Amino acid sequence: MRVVIVGAGEVGSSIAASLASSHEVVVIDNDPTRVDELTYDLDVLAIHGDGTDVDVLQEAGIGDADLLIASTDDDHTNIVISGTAKACCSSFTIARVKKPQYLRTWEPNQGAFGVDFMVCTDLLAAETIVGVIGLPTAQDVDLFADGIVQMTEFVIPEDSPVANQTVREADRFDSLTFAAIIRENGDERDRIIVPSGQTVIEPGDEVVVIGSPDSTREFSSSIAPEEERPREVVIVGGGEIGYQVARLLEDRGFSPRLVERDEERARWLAENLPGTTVLQSDATDRAFLDRENVGMADVFIATLENDQQNLLATLLAKRLGADRAVAIVDTGEFADLFEEVGVDVAVSPRDATAEEITRFTRARRAENVSIIDGDRAEVMEVEVDTDSAFAGRPIREVAADLPEGVVVGAITRNGTLITPRGDTVIEVGDHVVVFVDSDAVEEVNAMI
Amino acid sequence: MRVDWRTVLALVGTVLQALAGPLVLSALVAFGYAESPVPFLLPAALALGVGLVFARLPSRDIGIREAFLVVALVWLAVGTVGALPFLLAGTGVFANPVDAAFESMSGITTTGATVVVDFDAHARSLLFWRALLQWMGGLGILVLAVGLLSQLDVGGAQLMETETQTQDVTKLTPRIEETARLLGSLYLGLTALLVVVLLVLNVVGLGPNMDPYNAVTHALTTVSTAGFSPEPASAGAFSPVVQWVLVAFMLVGATNFVLLYAVTRGRPRRLFQSEEFRFYLGVLAGGSALVALVLAVDGEFGSVEATVRHATFQVVSIVTTTGYATVDFDLWSPAAKHLLFLGMFVGGMAGSTTCSLKAFRWLVVAKTLRRDLFTELHPEAIRPVRVGDRIVDEGTVRDVNAYVLLGLVGFALLTVVVVVQTRGTGVGEFEAMGIAASTFLNIGPAFGAAGPYGSYASLPTTTKWVLVVLMWVGRIEIVPVLVVLTPEFWR
Repeated sequence: MRVVIVGAGEVGSSIAASLASSHEVVVIDNDPTRVDELTYDLDVLAIHGDGTDVDVLQEAGIGDADLLIASTDDDHTNIVISGTAKACCSSFTIARVKKPQYLRTWEPNQGAFGVDFMVCTDLLAAETIVGVIGLPTAQDVDLFADGIVQMTEFVIPEDSPVANQTVREADRFDSLTFAAIIRENGDERDRIIVPSGQTVIEPGDEVVVIGSPDSTREFSSSIAPEEERPREVVIVGGGEIGYQVARLLEDRGFSPRLVERDEERARWLAENLPGTTVLQSDATDRAFLDRENVGMADVFIATLENDQQNLLATLLAKRLGADRAVAIVDTGEFADLFEEVGVDVAVSPRDATAEEITRFTRARRAENVSIIDGDRAEVMEVEVDTDSAFAGRPIREVAADLPEGVVVGAITRNGTLITPRGDTVIEVGDHVVVFVDSDAVEEVNAMI
Repeated sequence: MRVDWRTVLALVGTVLQALAGPLVLSALVAFGYAESPVPFLLPAALALGVGLVFARLPSRDIGIREAFLVVALVWLAVGTVGALPFLLAGTGVFANPVDAAFESMSGITTTGATVVVDFDAHARSLLFWRALLQWMGGLGILVLAVGLLSQLDVGGAQLMETETQTQDVTKLTPRIEETARLLGSLYLGLTALLVVVLLVLNVVGLGPNMDPYNAVTHALTTVSTAGFSPEPASAGAFSPVVQWVLVAFMLVGATNFVLLYAVTRGRPRRLFQSEEFRFYLGVLAGGSALVALVLAVDGEFGSVEATVRHATFQVVSIVTTTGYATVDFDLWSPAAKHLLFLGMFVGGMAGSTTCSLKAFRWLVVAKTLRRDLFTELHPEAIRPVRVGDRIVDEGTVRDVNAYVLLGLVGFALLTVVVVVQTRGTGVGEFEAMGIAASTFLNIGPAFGAAGPYGSYASLPTTTKWVLVVLMWVGRIEIVPVLVVLTPEFWR
């Protein structure tokens, strides 16, 4: 597949990097130094120029391209790039936007602006945050099969009752499969373990489970039993992401508090968020944080303008006693650093966007894909057809043929969840959600 | 910025000449009952003549000053012309100019306080005119006249805004004339419906005593939540079924007409989505239950139905500022009377025919108070005041709070005036408060001599003049009068 990516910022580069190995990638950027860097760093063709210029697009071979990804930092530019590409050729266009208002226009009229697939960075980041905070210790959540199946990545805390149990002991839930354990400590550094019944879950492990949202919630509370559904949620920073987080939380029945410094913006937020208490103050003002009992918060979410402020605010809130802190991190590389110094979950909108776009390009084969832990594994949803190696066979048999690092996590048949067991027979038309180590992705794709 | 008097007079003239129509209609009624049509035809000729002269004055687009003046003057002018038939008929108390003026102002402002002592002393056409005045005052002459005014190429919207305050009538249709026409036909339709319902009840035997004359006059004064009845016993002269029907129509009359319009357009859910409507119904239900409880404890009525009916009727009648009565509630225990007295300050919904302070304003006051308590604890919190889904902008919040305060202070001061003036006439302080509230808030009956089965006739002449002014100020919601009285207005 020939892919043209316009905009080689963090998002564009990240997408380019994950597509470069299996596709022909052309990157356009108007910053010559970045173009140079890309040329040396990745196996891609980097072109210097303005992506809204039809000549530049043609130079990049837009006529032969299957896919155009507009991923500059500017919404309008991305929309114009898509429109331009659509005007001169038939490639599939993906545009990244920050403002949800464009998504709202696009969603009911897909294809509007010449955009075939639109990814809204801020909304995506907000959805990620909201998905994560409902489940204690969850790091990442993705839905499959129209929401019947959920993939969740949990961190096992030091004092968790589940720590040092075997998978068999921990797995007391009907419709839940332990797909993988990612262990980053001790001798087995950075290893993805496909668990068996005897595998011992260690504190600090990241456990990937696939199953029904209900079972996932139950498992979540067995990891951290004393933590219930959070009640007190404090959001600092009323930018687009903060606003979207509050809005999504309101939809889920929360009554969050939202702190915004700018008076005019605070007023706007108060008017547009009927279920949220908007407070106008500086989020790093100790006296204010004390007065508002921010230390009592179950979840503290920082969505301020820059990484430093977010880090400062979350650390302050943690010190005051907030249970769980989630921070937006603009520079994706800092995410790990944030989580190391005490932020419980760091969400990078850019990473999330890159992941969503990559996920979409891969999902054009599968129904849906979730990318685990950078790019080390995928969870994908596949509809089984007659040609599939899965069709009509029990899982025990199928498993024997599958490469290492592959786990069948869930099956849905006619909209209901079937927990896969050894003797479960997979039928044509079933949706299968599988966890796949990235090394095995190609092989699994060929089989299904 | 000088006031453009010619434009103001031209607009007042336009309304005045339109008044000839209802006067002629009353003359026809007089003709039908073989009474003298002269008391109506003379004022009709006068209204037409003066109106025509004024209306021909060159008018321009009106500004805010002119709008305030027009609002203030139209009610005064119509009140004055409306008094002429009473004076010309000169029967009973009406021979006295102050009583004629009182009855007319009470009518056009939909107050319903009456000076009539002996109902048989007056021509039926005169009592019809009284009801018709109330019906015209109901939705506001101005709203009805907007159609006319907008044809004059002057700022109808300006007037509409001054007249209707919290009501967003202008949003009903893009054109004001069309909006006025829709609201007018809704008003007319409701009145016609009530006439039909009452007549049907009469025919099937459920409403004895509800002849066509009573049906029409009561329909005119029920939908307009005004309350003049040609029967000495007011609604007490009719059967329980008729009383329940009147309760229903008082409720409808005190409901925002924009919502009623939505209901007629097949969107009944709009009604219950309105927080003001739920609040208004809640107040009525709660108030009725309380009064019924008091009456039950007092053993006022034999049956549960009668207790509930009389309690509900009186509460609805007072809260919607109609002022009908089914019994002489002045004879009730102090607890029940005090509850009714408090009910006088509530009023129906904004954008209806009702007067008083109105449910919308109380809702805003309550929410402001709640917000203030919240921000005591959270000084940084920003909380817009919301009524339903709509955010009430801070300017309106301030206006509403100021208005409620103004209304209450105004009421307190007026009580003093009434107390002082009625000294030695046997009017107690509670009665004086009732009279001040009832006229200032355009309700009608009060307590004591001015009670539901009594009359304001016995009050001193100066007091009656004061009350005439009170009714006028109350109906146009104080502000235009105060604005016109400021030196700033004339600068």
